[in-house]
Order: sequence, then structure tokens, then C-alpha cells
Amino acid sequence: MTTKAAERKAVRGSGKEYWQRLGNNLKRDKWLYLLLVPGVIYFIVFKYLPMFGIVIAFENYVPYSGVLGSEWVGFKWFQSFFGYPDWITYLTNTLILSLMNLVFFFPAPIILALLLNEMRCLRYKKALQTMLYVPHFISIVIVVSITFVMFGSSGIVYKLTAQLLGHPIKYMSSPDTFRWMIIGQTIWKETGWGTIIFLAALTNVDTQLYEAAMVDGAGRFRRLWHITLPAIRSTIVLMLILRMGSMLDTGYDHLILMANSMNRKVSQTLDVFVYQQGIQQGRFSYASAIGLMKSVVSVTLVLISNKIAHLMGEQGLY
Amino acid sequence: MDKTISSPNRKLKISSGPVGQSNSVGSRIFDIFNYVFLTLVAVTTILPFVYIIGASFATEYEIATRPMFFIPQNVSTAAYEFIFSSNKILRGFANSIFITVCGTAINLFCTVTMAYALSKTRLRGRNFFLNMVIISMFFSGGMIPGYIVIANILNLSNTYWSVLLPGAISAYNMMIVKNFFQSIPQELEESASMDGCTDIGVLLKIVLPLSLPVLATFGLFYAVGHWNAYFGAMIYMKSAKEKWPLQVLLRELIILSNGSAGDMNAMDPEFIQPPEQSVKMAVIVVSTVPIMLVYPFLQKYFVKGVMVGALKG
Repeated sequence: MTTKAAERKAVRGSGKEYWQRLGNNLKRDKWLYLLLVPGVIYFIVFKYLPMFGIVIAFENYVPYSGVLGSEWVGFKWFQSFFGYPDWITYLTNTLILSLMNLVFFFPAPIILALLLNEMRCLRYKKALQTMLYVPHFISIVIVVSITFVMFGSSGIVYKLTAQLLGHPIKYMSSPDTFRWMIIGQTIWKETGWGTIIFLAALTNVDTQLYEAAMVDGAGRFRRLWHITLPAIRSTIVLMLILRMGSMLDTGYDHLILMANSMNRKVSQTLDVFVYQQGIQQGRFSYASAIGLMKSVVSVTLVLISNKIAHLMGEQGLY
Repeated sequence: MDKTISSPNRKLKISSGPVGQSNSVGSRIFDIFNYVFLTLVAVTTILPFVYIIGASFATEYEIATRPMFFIPQNVSTAAYEFIFSSNKILRGFANSIFITVCGTAINLFCTVTMAYALSKTRLRGRNFFLNMVIISMFFSGGMIPGYIVIANILNLSNTYWSVLLPGAISAYNMMIVKNFFQSIPQELEESASMDGCTDIGVLLKIVLPLSLPVLATFGLFYAVGHWNAYFGAMIYMKSAKEKWPLQVLLRELIILSNGSAGDMNAMDPEFIQPPEQSVKMAVIVVSTVPIMLVYPFLQKYFVKGVMVGALKG
């Protein structure tokens, strides 16, 4: 202890020396500090100011009085949300959409990656991958626009189903199809791209394992089950933990494009609610309170699922 | 043939993967199923684009009467003529280009300056600034506090700044650029500073020329983000229609004009009459073309970027 402290003192020097060294260092690196200025200002203004701005969830924020001058109301907004009879609808809509996402979208990239990994013709595999990655780079507005043009009442899919079934399906405005359209769009847009992380994990598999298994007479499916899947298990667990953390996020940029007055009943999720209350109606404090509640739940979910991953013997997120 | 097989790279490719040489009947059947299935998946992914491009060149009558086609019988460029004579859409296109170019320039400037300063381990307070960046990757104030800062405190509503500044640095990208700068041999920079170059001189004359590929990659990264963004422009520039980028316009033209929109007050009287199908398709094509032009580069670098993230994380 004492030697360490003495060492540190020797390195830093006594008080006066320390300040002199600090001054010299600052002078020497003045240009570096100058370069740091735009970035630091950016992080303070656009990242940290909003973080402290969360206090408005406990205030009756009025833009005129500002964040510091607004009246403190404690948990009023939280109480008023839970006193509102529809809050359970928002929560169930959010959870149903998230669960559907987990069940139908989450496994899709894993399956696709495993199938791609089984391809022998590498050139063909590459060509397919080139096609599969395209939608990821397309804006969500264009994805929804394409859906409207094809599934809307003058669209090709709408007309074809009307011909086949004898009656039309109102894909874009019916509450029954809304969730399936959202999941379908997500699958179409992100499945191909989602394979990359699993394919990367698969390239790390030792090929000798396959050879050894083949010598032992393991068929293709047994090799898949006993070698390939365990190889990407930790990646799958990691993605699952991240997914748990966003259980309450339904992606407002996607949903508000698809939400309309006809599918209100099912399109109202917590994210959409925050957007409508906060940005459209200007009830900033109320919307921030709901946003804050969502973040707290998300962090808790990540912690819980990480703990479970540890118990299962996986490395987890941290 | 021999040459390709004996080259180490090629050999590696053949032996990699779980396929091996098993040729049982079951394995063959699986292969056939696998090829057919994956081909179908890939074709389904691309088909909407092919249909939209085809239909954008078709006449309104053909779209309404023919059930399914990819190549129109009568090629018509009427939809494109309409788009390129519509001031509104041209204006949107120009806005998108402006926002993408300026936004990317701001992104690269802020990212490179900060990354370079933080790449110097001798910098005092470096850990403090690094932690500041890392913490922001895990916590955020959320949608509303961010909105209040931009709209109420900085008063950026209805200016281009409201979409250019809020995403000026992606913490993740900045950290990767910083790591790259750190991997440049120190000797190169030291010799330059011996010759009397300041740190900024070293950055401009030595480091930047060496990192052009990296800058191109992240420039592309940022540019695609700007081109595709609509949410910021929609909420911050709500009443400045002359500044709307293409994506916000697209939302109005196609999604809101479908008549079922929740927020009808955002509708423009000019477009109360929904535009024709072929015009909608042509607008979609026009706003997708820039992405398609850079797609070959995107694929090459983005895949690599994700891999780097995956392996390091």
C-alpha cells in the first residue's frame, strides 16, 4: 500500500509539479482538445441533455417555463396512466406484437443461415445472399409504400386474393391482418440481413469436427444438431437477450406508418401512444413518463434474461 | 482447373462448411429441397422491386386490368414525365440530396475529429471522454426529451439543422474509426511531428490519406441513413413543406393518400386526389435508385462492418 502510494506520488510529483505537468500536457495537446470540441458538444447537447430531461416525467412541463422552472408533480403522470382504462390495451397490443415477433421473426434468420450454410455451390450462395440483403437498405417508408401499392385496394395482391377467394381481404385497413402485415414486413426486410451474424459465427466452426463426425458415421442432420447448432448457441442466446430488452419496443417509425383509424384497436402500442401523446398532442410530461416506464422495464428484462443465460452456462451479454 | 484447386484460398473454401462429401439419397433430396427453397426465398425478396419497376412503366389501364405482369405490354414513361414535371417531387428530391450531402459531411467531420483526438493514448482526460461516449450507447433520454431539446430548447424546428445535427455522431462508428486510427503506426505520425507538424497537420497530411477507404465506408454508412430517414424530418419540419425530403413526401403521397390515415391534417390539398398507381410506383423507384446505385459497395463494406462488430462484441 505505502509503496504504491509513494510510487504514485513519485510519478505525479508533488502538488506544484503535478499542476505544472498538467499545464504542460494541456499546452502540448491543445490542438487535440480543439479537435475534441465538436464531438463533446454533440454528446452533451444531444445525448446527455435529453438524459437529464427525463425529469420532466415528474413535472408538469410547460415549454414557456422550461425544464427547470416547471412545477414538480411527482408520480402524477404514472398514476394517471394507470388510472386510464385503456392502458391495458396498449400493453397487450405491445406484448402480442413482440411475442409474434419473437415466435415468427426471431428464428427466421437462424434457419436461413443454417440452410445457406449447407449450400455447396459457393458462387450461387453468394448470388442469393446479394439478393437477400437488399431490403435491409431500403427505407421503412418505401417498404410500407410498396406494401400499400401491392396490398392496397387497387394493388395486385388485393385483386388476386379477391379473385381466388371470391371476396377481398382488406390487408391494409383490417384489424385482423394488421399484426401479420407488420411481422411480414419485418421478416421480408430483415431476415436476410439477420443471417450475417450467424453466418459469421458459423465460419468459426472447426471443420475437423465435421470430418471426425463423418468418420464416426454421423449423417448430415446429426452433424447439424451436434456441431453446427451448438457452435452458434451463444450467438443465439446473445441475440435473445437483446431481443428481451426490446420486448416493449415495437418500433414507432414502422408502426406509425401502418397505423390508421381503421386498425386503431390493434395498432395502438406503447410506442405509438408516446408518439401521439408527446409529439402530436404536446403532452410532453405524460409521454416522457410512459417512455421512462418502458426503459425501466427494458433494463430489468435485460438483467433478468442475462441472469438466466448465466444460469444456463452461457456467457451472456456481460 | 488444377491451379484453382491447388490455390490455398480455393482449397479452404471447398473444405469449409458442414457439407463434406456425403452423397446418400436423403442428403441429395435435402440438397434439392434446400436449393429450391432458398431460391424461392431470394426471388420473393426481389420480386416486389421487379414488379414495381415494371408497373411504373405501364399505363394506368394495364395496371388496372392485367392481373400480374413484370414486363408491360405498352411501355409508357408518362409516370416519370409527371414526376419530373412536378415541382413538389423535384423539390423533395433536391432536399433529400442536400440533406444527405450536408449531413454526411457533418457526420464525417465530427466523427473524424473526435475519433482522432481519442485515439491518442497520451491525451489527459481521455478515459473520461471515452466513458462519456460509451455510456451514451447504453442509455438514452428517449423520444420526448430529445424532441424537447431540439424543438423547444435549441429552437431548430423547421430548419434543416433539425435533421442534420441530432445524429451527427454515431458512437459505434466513432469507436471503430478511433480503433482504426490507433492501428496506424505511430512512427509515421511522430516523424511528421518532428518536422514541425501540429496534431491537426498530422491528421490532415498523414492520417486522413491513409484512412480514405475507412472514411468512404463510414461516409456511405451515414449517407444511406440520411437518405432513408423520415422520422426526424416529419416531426421537426412539420410545417416547412418546402424542406421535406423525399421520404416524408412519399409518406404523404402513398400512405396518407390511401384515405385511411389517422392524421389527415397533414394532407396537402394538392394531393387530395390520390395519385395514379403508376405515379406511386415511379416515385418509389426514383427514391430507391440511389440506394441501388451504391448497393454493390454497401454489401461489400456493410457485411464486413457487421462481422467486425460481431467478432469484437
